[in-house]
Amino acid sequence: MTVLEPSSPVPAVEFRSVSKTFPGVRALGDVSFAVRPGEVRALIGENGAGKSTLLKVLSGVHSPDAGSVVLDGRDRVFGSTWEALDAGVAVIYQELQLVPEMSVAENLYLGHLPSRLGIVDRRRLHEAARGDLERLGEEIDPAVKVGRLPIAQRQMVEIAKALTRGARVLALDEPTSSLSSREVERLFATVAELKRNGCAVLYVTHRMDELFRVCDSATVLRDGRHVETFLSLEGVSHDLLVNRMVGRDIEDVFDYRPSAREETALEAVGVEGPGLSRPASFTVAKGEVVGLFGLIGAGRSELLRLVFGAEPMQAGAVKVGGRQVRISSPNDSIRSGVAFCPEDRKKDGIVPTASVLENLNLVARSRTARLGFVVDDSWEKRNAQEQIERLGIRTPSVAQKIVNLSGGNQQKTILARWLSEEVTALLLDEPTRGVDVGAKSEIYTIIRDLADRGVGVVLASSDLPEAIGVADRLLVMREGAVVASIPRGEADEEEVLRLALPASPDSGSEAALIN
Amino acid sequence: MTESVNSRTASPGVAALLWERTGMLVVFAVLFAACALFVEDFFSWVNVKGLALAVSQIGMVGCTMLFCLASGDFDLSVGSVVACSGVVAAVVTNATGSVLLGMSAGVLVGGAVGLFNGIVIARFRINALIATLATMQIVRGLGFIISGGRAVGVTNSGFFALGTSSFLGVPTPVWVALVCFAVFGFLLQRTTFGRNTLAVGGNKEAARLSGIPVVRLKTIIFSMQGLMAGFAGVVLASRMTSGQPKPPEMFELQVISACVLGGVALTGGVGTIGCVVAGVLIMGVVENAQNLLNVPTFYQNVVRGLILLIAVMLDQFKNRAR
Repeated sequence: MTVLEPSSPVPAVEFRSVSKTFPGVRALGDVSFAVRPGEVRALIGENGAGKSTLLKVLSGVHSPDAGSVVLDGRDRVFGSTWEALDAGVAVIYQELQLVPEMSVAENLYLGHLPSRLGIVDRRRLHEAARGDLERLGEEIDPAVKVGRLPIAQRQMVEIAKALTRGARVLALDEPTSSLSSREVERLFATVAELKRNGCAVLYVTHRMDELFRVCDSATVLRDGRHVETFLSLEGVSHDLLVNRMVGRDIEDVFDYRPSAREETALEAVGVEGPGLSRPASFTVAKGEVVGLFGLIGAGRSELLRLVFGAEPMQAGAVKVGGRQVRISSPNDSIRSGVAFCPEDRKKDGIVPTASVLENLNLVARSRTARLGFVVDDSWEKRNAQEQIERLGIRTPSVAQKIVNLSGGNQQKTILARWLSEEVTALLLDEPTRGVDVGAKSEIYTIIRDLADRGVGVVLASSDLPEAIGVADRLLVMREGAVVASIPRGEADEEEVLRLALPASPDSGSEAALIN
Repeated sequence: MTESVNSRTASPGVAALLWERTGMLVVFAVLFAACALFVEDFFSWVNVKGLALAVSQIGMVGCTMLFCLASGDFDLSVGSVVACSGVVAAVVTNATGSVLLGMSAGVLVGGAVGLFNGIVIARFRINALIATLATMQIVRGLGFIISGGRAVGVTNSGFFALGTSSFLGVPTPVWVALVCFAVFGFLLQRTTFGRNTLAVGGNKEAARLSGIPVVRLKTIIFSMQGLMAGFAGVVLASRMTSGQPKPPEMFELQVISACVLGGVALTGGVGTIGCVVAGVLIMGVVENAQNLLNVPTFYQNVVRGLILLIAVMLDQFKNRAR
């Protein structure tokens, strides 16, 4: 744990032994590093490594339990984001903090609008706003409502807002996550401009290619601790950074092992319903992992939800282990041995008010209860501990609230719901979305282990390398229909993409592809 | 990376945990002690007995309201059900001469209203606030229609036993409330039904996708709530020796206040029977002390509102500290 202090000049911002603990979780432990003026510093780490907490300490949302933030040589602890902003510190989050119903100019000067006798001076306001935006090379009408701007321009407005308040330290939290490639280029130009003006920039990202393009240096966090700061990226490789983030080498990410497939686990025949344009049919064998790839709106989620009974099927049949089953609710399909992990973990997956134990035993409970209704607490506790150990779920205890876990660990908890059950087929809808590199490869291993035990797995994904890398066979969906089934080895990315793109390519499909 | 588990583990403060578990019961104990010390006539067997009797119906209905709130819903119709069931029990007892038949009719009327609420809310997905606001008025009207707008006196003295008798010096309605606390506490904490209720309140869709039959569960909860309100109505009628068509003032809101006061979350997914017990007792003590101190009724309303507000703010504070 070496902390190299930059020799010259005085750092624009320095974290000194910053620690922050939430009930049950040490979010930051003794984190120290400094960023000079005009430096773009990448801040990287897995989900749950403490990046967001650090930004929140920087901007005054959280106050540190110990340690301090030093600005221009002065010890500062901010009580609120306003105080931080006044001191020249601004954090631009993924969810932007603008008022959509107000104009660009009003947003820029919110809280100190130019006025005469309490009446807003619109001319002066718009002139000032136009000037601010031009300095960033943006041509945005200051009178237009922020809600009507595309995300990329809103982001520029937010950066301009920070600059009008005299920000000298700017943190960008995954700024490119919802931008198209052209918009990303604009953002990079803006970052370069900030650098020229002597701003210190903290750039949080998961994308390594960006990091090497934009950043001068990089700080790696892991489990709330400072792992290493690379003051120059010369000679630093992608693999080295990933290694520092994860704490080990990730060799074969997808953990592919071929499987022997004979018996059918699940067969869907002529499934029809909302979101599907044609009756859809597919099979998955016991021990097989089938990838289900499609662009946004291709109907992956819809198909899985129909098969699972989460949505009523208009026509079609489902066979589990060769036997036709009647499915009119999730409860029916669970009883016949079908399991499902939904796409939106927060909305449809976790019970946020409950503990890890409660979340983990949600499915098993009704089966294991004594006399059919008295909860078997000792069984549940044992099961929770077993699964936590087996899947490597990082939680201080089974009683921890699930919302205090990182995304990857929440996802593993949801997967764990099914591991105590007799599952014939497992339907996974984007199981690695919003999950960091390390947890991703752990989830792939879990999936492969389940397949080895004879479970038929369908994995819907919009991440092509993932769909190809994990699966024994790839199903491709396009515009609400299953259009191809490609065995492993024959699936190459270009070919699959060509199949997934709408028949008459228009500009819209291009955008969908990038996302 | 398993070695990092320990480094990330930090136990929450003992005080915080204790507050989380017993917070409102401690508030009640302090309040009770303070009243015993400073309010004349408060700390006597007769007064404490009266206090418990006064809140026994709120306590009973609070048990099922706990399930309603825990599953993320509401029920505003319970006050009207209490009145209507009391009237029905009185009318049927007078007509048939059978106390058992009369009381059963009262309870079943409540159950029917609850079942109706449950079907409308769970199956037809009507907002619980609106649905029970409607049944509140419908049932209130029915109560007046059945009784002809007057209190229905009962002549059969067997009818009064439930409300006016005592066992070991404690009034029967208080025993009934205590049994309810025990039964529903067990139901919520120790059975699949209770734990599933909390899961549904925490995230309905996640619960459904995990195989919990949400529609059936909610229908049962509202039916249970109706039966309980009906039973409370019968007990109340028995105590008053007549069926009163006018619902006890703001009964439904008092029940909900008591639950929230004790720490049941209005947003669902969080609550224990201890919350209800604490909330009901605190409310009882405050009302009782105000009566002993001869605080005028209008001021009592103000105090009631303020206490609820403080309780909710305490809860907010607790959540933010997390």
